[in-house]
Amino acid sequence: MNNNDPSSHHFLRWFDPRHKSIGTIAFIINRFSALGLTVYLILHLVVLSKLASGGQAYDEFLILAKSPVIKIGEMFVIAGGIIHGANGVRIALNSFGFLVKIQKELFIGLMILSLAIIFYFGVHMFSGAQN
Amino acid sequence: MVWTIELCIARQKAGSERHYQTYQIEIDPDEYVLDAVEKAWAFYDRSLTFRHACHHSTCGACGMLVNGVEKLTCITPIRSVVQDKGRLLIEPLRNFPILSDLVVDTSSMFNNLNKVSFNQVASLPAACLPYESEQPEHAHPEYERLVDCIECGMCISACPISLTSSDYIGPAVLAAAQHESIQSLSPRILEVVDNKNGVWRCHSAYECSAVCPSGVEPGWRIMKMRQAVIAHRIKSFFSSD
Ligand code: SF4
Ligand code: FES
Repeated sequence: MNNNDPSSHHFLRWFDPRHKSIGTIAFIINRFSALGLTVYLILHLVVLSKLASGGQAYDEFLILAKSPVIKIGEMFVIAGGIIHGANGVRIALNSFGFLVKIQKELFIGLMILSLAIIFYFGVHMFSGAQN
Repeated sequence: MVWTIELCIARQKAGSERHYQTYQIEIDPDEYVLDAVEKAWAFYDRSLTFRHACHHSTCGACGMLVNGVEKLTCITPIRSVVQDKGRLLIEPLRNFPILSDLVVDTSSMFNNLNKVSFNQVASLPAACLPYESEQPEHAHPEYERLVDCIECGMCISACPISLTSSDYIGPAVLAAAQHESIQSLSPRILEVVDNKNGVWRCHSAYECSAVCPSGVEPGWRIMKMRQAVIAHRIKSFFSSD
């Protein structure tokens, strides 16, 4: 085998956008958002399991949850979820044979929509934090 | 007009490490990338190996990476990829084993094309994409023509899934399967495409369609193939007692 053969070891090249079309950008975004959401799920389960150790742990968790760092983290989770979901809608529509000819425009449109929704959430979350 | 370019070519014999060799080539910018490679072979190094045959985008032999992008080198003008005194990087297609320098072993693609009984000739309506309207006026429906795919393998080279798995049958074969199943989806084709290394393995990056030099639209065809497989599954579900 040489370096030109297909190999699972080449997966890092997935994330190299040079010389690629917009479809690869969608592919990369989908992989990053999926990885981010998976890491979040694991962290979430770890934190929740800590809550089982009593009322004090719960109070500490509430304080932690209101900290700005966690809020920014939550914002990333929301953004990841929305972007991954929107990309999923594109793939599902295309897989049923819909809008394949305009898949680029579909992706751009869905990403603009995602950014608008993320912005709405951001404004809501951070303005709520000041109250 | 003559330009001087630095032609940097990947050299590698099967099993050995890749290295790059640079040649100063004088060339008319309206000549093609394949002409520059031929000049390197003719005037500098007869051990350089590369594939070519028709020189007019019909045989599919001359696909290479030109500055990192899959191109049919016999129809890629020098001026479209480099400037005078510029550097032009030529590498073999990705995702196929290297035989020698720019020659890759595409036999896996041809074996898989055989599995779907890919026929290079089709009736006029079947040879065109449904949204194309270039069928000649007054064409008789029984006329036939060569289908668009020239079996260059560039779609497989560009595909991120073919990059990481040799089991995935790849866009060229899935597009051929779709083409062969326009009239009816045969059990033989279904067996090749409806599995984890077939039509479901595509991750919708559409690089295949971006690089295909022949307007085959493999990405579009893979999605159409999925649609046909889903329809077949639903039909079979309701028709089974
Ligand atoms: S589908 Fe296009 S890129 Fe792929 S082998 Fe056929 S002609 Fe080449
Ligand atoms: S030499 Fe035949 S397609 Fe380029």
